[in-house]
Amino acid sequence: MPAIETFYDVMRRQGITRRSFMKYCSLTAAALGLGPAYVPKIAHAMETKPRTPVIWVHGLECTCCSESFIRSAHPLAKDVVLSMISLDYDDTLMAAAGAQAEAALQDTIDKYKGNYILAVEGNPPLNEDGMYCIVGGKPFVDQLRHAAEHAKAIISWGACASYGCVQAAAPNPTRATPVHKVITDKPIIKVPGCPPIAEVMTGVITYMLTFDRMPELDRQGRPQMFYSQRIHDKCYRRPHFDAGQFVETWDDENARKGYCLYKMGCKGPTTYNACSTVRWNDGVSFPIQSGHGCIGCSEDGFWDQGSFYDRLTNIKQFGIEANADVVGGTTAAVVGGAVAVHAAVSALKRAQKKNEEA
Amino acid sequence: MSVLNTPNGYTMDNSGKRVVVDPVTRIEGHMRCEVNVDENNMITNAVSTGTMWRGLEVILKGRDPRDAWAFTERICGVCTGTHALTSVRAVEDALGIQIPDNANSIRNMMQLALQIHDHIVHFYHLHALDWVNPVNALRADPKATSELQQKVGPSHPLSSPGYFRDVQNRLKKFVESGQLGLFKNGYWDNPAYLLPPEADLMATTHYLEALDLQKEIVKVHTIFGGKNPHPNWLVGGVPCPINIDGVGSVGAINMERLNLVSSIIDKCQEFNENVYIPDVIAIGGFYKNWLYGGGLSSQACLAYGDIPENPNDFSPEQLHLPRGAIINGNLNEVHDVDPRDPEQVQEFVDHSWYTYGEPGKGLHPWDGVTEPQYELGPNAKGTRTNIIELDEAAKYSWIKAPRWKGHAMEVGPLARYVVGYAKGHEDIKNQVDGLLRKMDLPLSAVFSTLGRTAARALESEYCSRLQRHFFDKMMTNIKNGDESTANVEKWDPSSWPKEAKGVGMTEAPRGALGHWVKIKDGRIENYQCVVPTTWNGSPRDTQGNIGAFEASLMNTKVERPEEPVEILRTLHSFDPCLACSTHVMSPDGEELTTVKVR
Repeated sequence: MPAIETFYDVMRRQGITRRSFMKYCSLTAAALGLGPAYVPKIAHAMETKPRTPVIWVHGLECTCCSESFIRSAHPLAKDVVLSMISLDYDDTLMAAAGAQAEAALQDTIDKYKGNYILAVEGNPPLNEDGMYCIVGGKPFVDQLRHAAEHAKAIISWGACASYGCVQAAAPNPTRATPVHKVITDKPIIKVPGCPPIAEVMTGVITYMLTFDRMPELDRQGRPQMFYSQRIHDKCYRRPHFDAGQFVETWDDENARKGYCLYKMGCKGPTTYNACSTVRWNDGVSFPIQSGHGCIGCSEDGFWDQGSFYDRLTNIKQFGIEANADVVGGTTAAVVGGAVAVHAAVSALKRAQKKNEEA
Repeated sequence: MSVLNTPNGYTMDNSGKRVVVDPVTRIEGHMRCEVNVDENNMITNAVSTGTMWRGLEVILKGRDPRDAWAFTERICGVCTGTHALTSVRAVEDALGIQIPDNANSIRNMMQLALQIHDHIVHFYHLHALDWVNPVNALRADPKATSELQQKVGPSHPLSSPGYFRDVQNRLKKFVESGQLGLFKNGYWDNPAYLLPPEADLMATTHYLEALDLQKEIVKVHTIFGGKNPHPNWLVGGVPCPINIDGVGSVGAINMERLNLVSSIIDKCQEFNENVYIPDVIAIGGFYKNWLYGGGLSSQACLAYGDIPENPNDFSPEQLHLPRGAIINGNLNEVHDVDPRDPEQVQEFVDHSWYTYGEPGKGLHPWDGVTEPQYELGPNAKGTRTNIIELDEAAKYSWIKAPRWKGHAMEVGPLARYVVGYAKGHEDIKNQVDGLLRKMDLPLSAVFSTLGRTAARALESEYCSRLQRHFFDKMMTNIKNGDESTANVEKWDPSSWPKEAKGVGMTEAPRGALGHWVKIKDGRIENYQCVVPTTWNGSPRDTQGNIGAFEASLMNTKVERPEEPVEILRTLHSFDPCLACSTHVMSPDGEELTTVKVR
């Protein structure tokens, strides 16, 4: 096997100057919300690391996660695929099919035991012996278990892999099941959303490649750098909420003035995601900015919480301070769970370390 | 019994060597294909199988019809938005809701953005590797590649020898690293690849350029719908208000937003004209003699039509994408299509993993029944959880078999273009005649895998022009003082009739798409979708008619049966979308009991 090139080697050979490379590293640091002190660390990592093999499998899904991933603006999807990771199996994009595709999967597992990342899009259905989703003549859940066995870590892309999403909405006819309920002995990072934001997806991957570790996770297993605050906390329409200025009906005067969408059913106050800060598609907009309330697509079971247009009843409507108290209470609960979270993360790190030594 | 004649004119012989392709890759979702080849490596039997099922229609029962767009949008993240549009149209049809003019223009711009995006991503990222060999590109002369680029697409600015050298170097280092990633185990020494290295390098370069461009195209969705994939829609119009110069216009569609939309439309137009169509002509030129894969396209084509010029008017003469049906290969007669007629669209399940309780029955979607029945035929090899070979004489797919007046139909860009051409649609006719002239090909060449691929490129360019048309139309409307984007008269369920039923139709990138909804007491009573890949990927029906995928593979020569290059080439030309096709219907929880979806 020829020596594996590092990310830096690849960039330099593409004619990218050291200066541009360092600039790239600072942009990456900024994108990850890290200070300038981290720039040399990122640069060092990029200079020394080979491209990490990634196996990307697909269960019951709609492929919106893959579509979102290729929308990434920083870094560009082509740079991730050509220079950062080695996407050795992905049935949506790979050249080979059938037997040759299956062989590519097996080769990667054999060659990089314990050193590849398994990315899961979609989820396995367990009814009908798993045959509601068939890959290579067998249940998808078999492929998932097989690929997970020697994975270093698993990324559960999107609401399907993290929570079950639309096919798991009541009555869940196929018994579509999230990844962590099938694979219980591996570190799993949930990156929920339907789909997740592109730059959040590449941000999580870049973080793992750069620091060679799992991101800090909250107690639900989500990277806290992107999922620790609610859309409402950072929404640019928040001042209108606080001032009691609401859209009363679609396309009314208040809608045209960009008032708060809370009364139209916005789920921003109960949804943890980065939409109101990172925004979508290179920062162009996000649902609330384009006039529709948040439907809460990164929350567990969001399909079964009543209509998307039902007003939330578990937050105070006008009382600003009362609302802040409620918010404070929620935060306290999260902080209260921090010890447990920390322990879980440490356990994940231990598991990862163990895998590396094996 | 190994030879069978189908009513739609094919002779199926499964006595030769059986070749299985599973998974079929570079598609949306999960699919399996089996073929038999004779001693000359000609395909004599084809079996196409949808290998996933999600049950969204039963999940929709009892829910608020105003929410249905969000559920159905998640049928597919590749053709994102088109199910949502079909859904709001179905609900508006049921409830008699009229949308404003601006909403029609915005919806059209979003739907057209999807068409363009989907066609470009399909050609460059899912289909190109069936024709283009990136490994062969390493042998190209960058200077000659630059000359080729300037010859085929003289207006494309990225064409210098240095530019192609840089891309080639990047590719070289990638290949030499030993980590081939997505190109691993490709069929790079298969004689089916015919391009000279320079064309391979040019096309591979455009693979990367298109990857950068596609993320711009979808920003039309982000501006009007807040995000992509899966933008937001609204029953009654669109959720984004327009506020050109009033107080708070920074929070609405304003001049800056509109300028961004306009610049994206320009970018798409330029890429279609300078790169996409020239690439299809250049690559197609080397495969001119590979005219396999026509299948049903010269016999039976169906299009519902889309992109209404005016809001709420879906009469055929008002649609920019044509509506009509062609049967029995008679291009001189285009039949009208009525989705409400119980005799026209019907679904059959005799070869699908469902049962209607009695064999041979076809059901119109408003009366659709779905009950799963997963079982392999007596001649299948393997077990129920380890399929080696399927038995196509029995049930063999999670896809139902929809038929139009009993006929298996092809849908999609080629079907739309065949229907449009037959109807004398001026823009379509000019495009097709122009392309054939340039490539020095007869009209009959259209009915092929290449024709399907070319129709998609032509349609992408046509859609760019339509996008500009609707942008200008909306600007004129705004100039005339109309900023309305939503009609809320019937937003409140208390204003609805006790019972109502409606149908919504669109042309998804992959073809004719219909949603049928029944509403009772403000809730969804029944919801059925008949989607493009259900038409194209359908298994045999009661009469034994084969579907479009299967028909297109028949009588194709494969160079090496163990390497499915030609099979992938033709299947990919339909842009299969399996999550769409196999979403249908039914049971409760873990017990797989009978549930009637009606």
